[in-house]
Amino acid sequence: MLRYISKRLLYMLLSLFLIVTATFFLMRAAPGGPFTSEKQIPPEIEKNLNEFYGLDLPWYHQYFNYLVSIAKWDFGPSFKYKGQTVNDLIEEGFPVSFFLGMEALLLAVSIGVLLGIIAALNHNKWQDYGAMVFAVLGISVPSFIMASILQYFLAIKLGWFPVARWESLQHTVLPALALAATLTAFIARLTRSSMLEVLGNDYIRTAKAKGLSRGQITVKHAIRNALLPVVTYLGPLSAQVLTGSFVIEKIFGIPGLGSHFVTSITNRDYTTIMGVTVFYSILLLLAVLLVDIAYGFIDPRIKLAGGKKGE
Amino acid sequence: MKKRVSFLFSLMLVLSLFLSACGGFQKKEESAGDKGKDGDKTADVPQELRINIKTEPFSLNPGLANDSVSGSVLNQTFEGLTRIKDGKPELAMAESYEVSKDLKTYTFKLRDAKWTNGDPVTAKDFEYAWKWALDPKNQAQYAYQLYYIKNAQAFNEGKAKAEDVGVKAIDDKTLQVTLESPTPYFLELTAFYTYYPVNSKMAQQNPKWYTNAGDQYTSNGPFKMVSWEHNNKIVLEKNENYWDANSVKLEKIEMVMVNDTNTELSMFNNGELDWAGMPTGQLPPDSLPKLKEEGKLNVQPIAGVYWYKFNTEKPPLNNVNIRKALAYAINRKAIVENVAKGGEIPAMAAVPPTMFPENEKGYFKDNDVEKAKEYLKKGLEELGLKDVKDLPPITLSFNTDDKHAKIAQAIQDMWKKNLGIEVKLENAEWAVYIDKLHSGDFQIGRMGWLGDFNDPINFLELYRDKKGGNNNTNWENPEYKQLLIDSQKETDSEKRKEMLKEAETILMDEMPIAPIFFYTNTWVQKDNLKDVEMSGLGDVQFKWAYFE
Repeated sequence: MLRYISKRLLYMLLSLFLIVTATFFLMRAAPGGPFTSEKQIPPEIEKNLNEFYGLDLPWYHQYFNYLVSIAKWDFGPSFKYKGQTVNDLIEEGFPVSFFLGMEALLLAVSIGVLLGIIAALNHNKWQDYGAMVFAVLGISVPSFIMASILQYFLAIKLGWFPVARWESLQHTVLPALALAATLTAFIARLTRSSMLEVLGNDYIRTAKAKGLSRGQITVKHAIRNALLPVVTYLGPLSAQVLTGSFVIEKIFGIPGLGSHFVTSITNRDYTTIMGVTVFYSILLLLAVLLVDIAYGFIDPRIKLAGGKKGE
Repeated sequence: MKKRVSFLFSLMLVLSLFLSACGGFQKKEESAGDKGKDGDKTADVPQELRINIKTEPFSLNPGLANDSVSGSVLNQTFEGLTRIKDGKPELAMAESYEVSKDLKTYTFKLRDAKWTNGDPVTAKDFEYAWKWALDPKNQAQYAYQLYYIKNAQAFNEGKAKAEDVGVKAIDDKTLQVTLESPTPYFLELTAFYTYYPVNSKMAQQNPKWYTNAGDQYTSNGPFKMVSWEHNNKIVLEKNENYWDANSVKLEKIEMVMVNDTNTELSMFNNGELDWAGMPTGQLPPDSLPKLKEEGKLNVQPIAGVYWYKFNTEKPPLNNVNIRKALAYAINRKAIVENVAKGGEIPAMAAVPPTMFPENEKGYFKDNDVEKAKEYLKKGLEELGLKDVKDLPPITLSFNTDDKHAKIAQAIQDMWKKNLGIEVKLENAEWAVYIDKLHSGDFQIGRMGWLGDFNDPINFLELYRDKKGGNNNTNWENPEYKQLLIDSQKETDSEKRKEMLKEAETILMDEMPIAPIFFYTNTWVQKDNLKDVEMSGLGDVQFKWAYFE
C-alpha cells in the first residue's frame, strides 16, 4: 500500500512537471503581454516593468525561475492586482469556492443518488421517467441559463434570496443550486444505470432467494456496488467543483478562485495563470489518487498493488 | 461492523469539512454584518449608496492606479489640488495659486486640511507622491501622466535625479511646480488621480500601506475607506476630517464587485443596488431599448470616441481618397440607432462634443454616399485601377466582442452596398488584437479612446508622431504636428482653440481614422439620488450626492 502510494506520488510529480512546462510555453506563445493595453505605456516604463518582473530574462532563465518558485510554493506577485501575491489570491479565493463547491456537491450527491436509486427500483415506471426527465433537463440546460432562471424566479419574483453576491448563508443558496443542477443530473443517471446493472446480477437473485426483504437487498447489497462508478466520477469532479466555476462566480459575483482561471488568461497575468494551474492540477491529481485508494475500501476485489507484473 | 464504522467515519469527515468551511464563512459574515441594512430603515432616508464597480481595482495607491476602477474609488477617497465640478476645475486642496508670466511655474497655497488619521496635508505630501510615482523603481504605469512637469520624464527614465524634478515644497503650505513647457490645461491635470497627494509619513513608515484598508491607509478626500475585501467589496464612509465635510451628505458608499451586466441590472431591479450602469458598471446592451422606452435610462455624452484606424502604409489605404471614400460611406446614424443603441452621437470629427460642442455636426456629412463614390473613383484612378472589382478585399479587424462584431458587420455591408468594396472581417482576443494593432499588422482596426483630462489635445496628440505609441495608423503630417506643438505655447485660449481646430481639420481631411460615434454613459439610478457629479470625461464623484 505505502509502496503503491509513493509510486503514485512520484507519477504525480512527473505529471505536474509536464503540466507546468506545457502551461509555461503555451502562455508565452500567446501574443500580447501583461502590460499590453489600449493606451500603450511608454517603452521606458515597460522596460522597467519587464525588469521588475523578470520578463527581460531569456526564456530558459524565466522557466527555471518559475520551477523554483513553484517548488517553494511562492508564485510571486500578481500582474493585475498590485500589492497582492498569487498566493494571496488563492488563499482568499479558494475557501469561498471550496465552501460553495462543498454545498453543491452535498446537494448533488444526496439528491442525485436518491433519484438514481428511485428510478432504478421503479424501472420503466413513472418515477423512473420523472427522474430521468429531470436529469436530461439538468444536463442540457447550461449553468448560466440555470443561474439566470433561479435568479429570476427565486430572487426577483419571489424575493426569497438575494440576486447575487457573497455575504451570508442565504446568498449561497442560489449559486449552489445552479452549480449542483448539472452534477445532480449526471449522478442520477450514473446511479440509475449502474444500479440497474447490479440489480440484474446473480448475487441479488441469491439474496432474494434467501428471503431477504427488498429494503435489505437494496441497502446492503445493491447500493454499495452501484456506487462504484459514482465514486470514480466524483474524484475529478470534486477537484473541479471545489476550485470554483467561472460562470457561476461571474453571474453571482462570488469572490472565488474560479474567475481567476479565465480572467488571468485574458489579462496575461502570467504568475496567476501559473499559480492557479498548479494549484488546480495538484487538487485534481490528489482527487484521482484518493478515488483509486477509495476503490479498495468499497470493493475489496480491486487490489491496489495490481500493476506489478512488469517488474 | 467494520464497514459501519468506516461509513460513520467518512460521514463525520464530510460533516466536519462542511462545518469547518461554515466556520470560516461565519467569521466573514460578521465583519460584513454590521451594515445594518434593515435597521436603518427607521431613520428618515439612509444616506447609504450601493454601487457596482465590476472588478477589483488594480491598486488604490494613486501613484500606481492606471484603470477606471481604481479611479472611481480614488476619486471619492482622495483629493488633488483641484477638483472638477460642472466640467471646470475648481480649487480643492489648493486654496489659491499663482502662475508665472511664462506659464511654466505654478505656485499653489494649500488650505488647512487633514488626512483621515488627523495628520495635516502638507506640500511635502504632494512632492513625495509625485516623485514616488516617477521613481522608476516603483513601476508606476501612469507615471507619464506627470511628464508635463520639468524633468519628470528624464527622472522616470533614469536620466535625471529626483531633486531635478520640477516639484518643490517651499514650506508646509506652499507647493511650487515647474513645467517642461506651458500646459494650458494643467489645472485639469491636477484633478487627476496620478496627481493626488499621499500621506508621506504613513507611506515612508510602511511601503505597503496601500494594499489593505486599515490604520495605515490614509486619504484626504470626502470619504475614507473602512474595509476592502479583495475581489468582493469596498466600503467607504464619510471622512469627518475632510475640510469640506459639511458638503458631504452620504454616510456610506458600498462598492461591490460583480462583473456581469445582467446580474448588475437584476440587483438594481431587486433593490440591491442604487445605481446600475456606467461609469462604474455596465448595463446589458440588450436592455437599453427597453429601459429607454420605460423612461428609466439616463444617457450622458462623454469624452470618448469609437473609431476605425486605417493603416496608412498598407495599400490601398495609403491612398487618402480611398480612406475618405470608406469614411464617408458609413451610415453612422443607422449604427447608433440600430446597433449600438446607447444614445451615442454619430461622429464626423475626432474631438468629442463635450470639448468642442460644434463637433456634434462634424466636418463632413454622415452617410454621404455621393461624395464617397467620387472619392473612390479618384482613388482608384490614382492607384491605376479601372474598377472596384480590381481592388483586393480589405481586412477589417476588431477584438472579439458581440457589439464590435455587429458594428463591423453593418459597416462591411455598407461598404459593399455603397462602394462595392469587398471587406473581410477578422476578430481576435483582446491582448492578441492590441498586439497586432501596435505592431502595425492590420489594414483597418477598431479602437476606442477615452479622454484622461478635459482637453482636445488628448485626442489630437495621438496622431502627432508616427511612432507615438497610440497612433497605430503610421500617419504623420508636419503641419499638424507643428500646430499641436505651437498650441502648447499659446496663452490665449481662443487662439489656442483655433489652432487645435485647424489641426483637427487637417486630420479630418487626411482621414487616417474614420470616427464612428462618440461614446455616452448609460445608466439607471434610484430616483431619489441627487447631485451625483459626472464629468464630461465620464468620471463620477459622490462628494455632493445625497438621497432625498
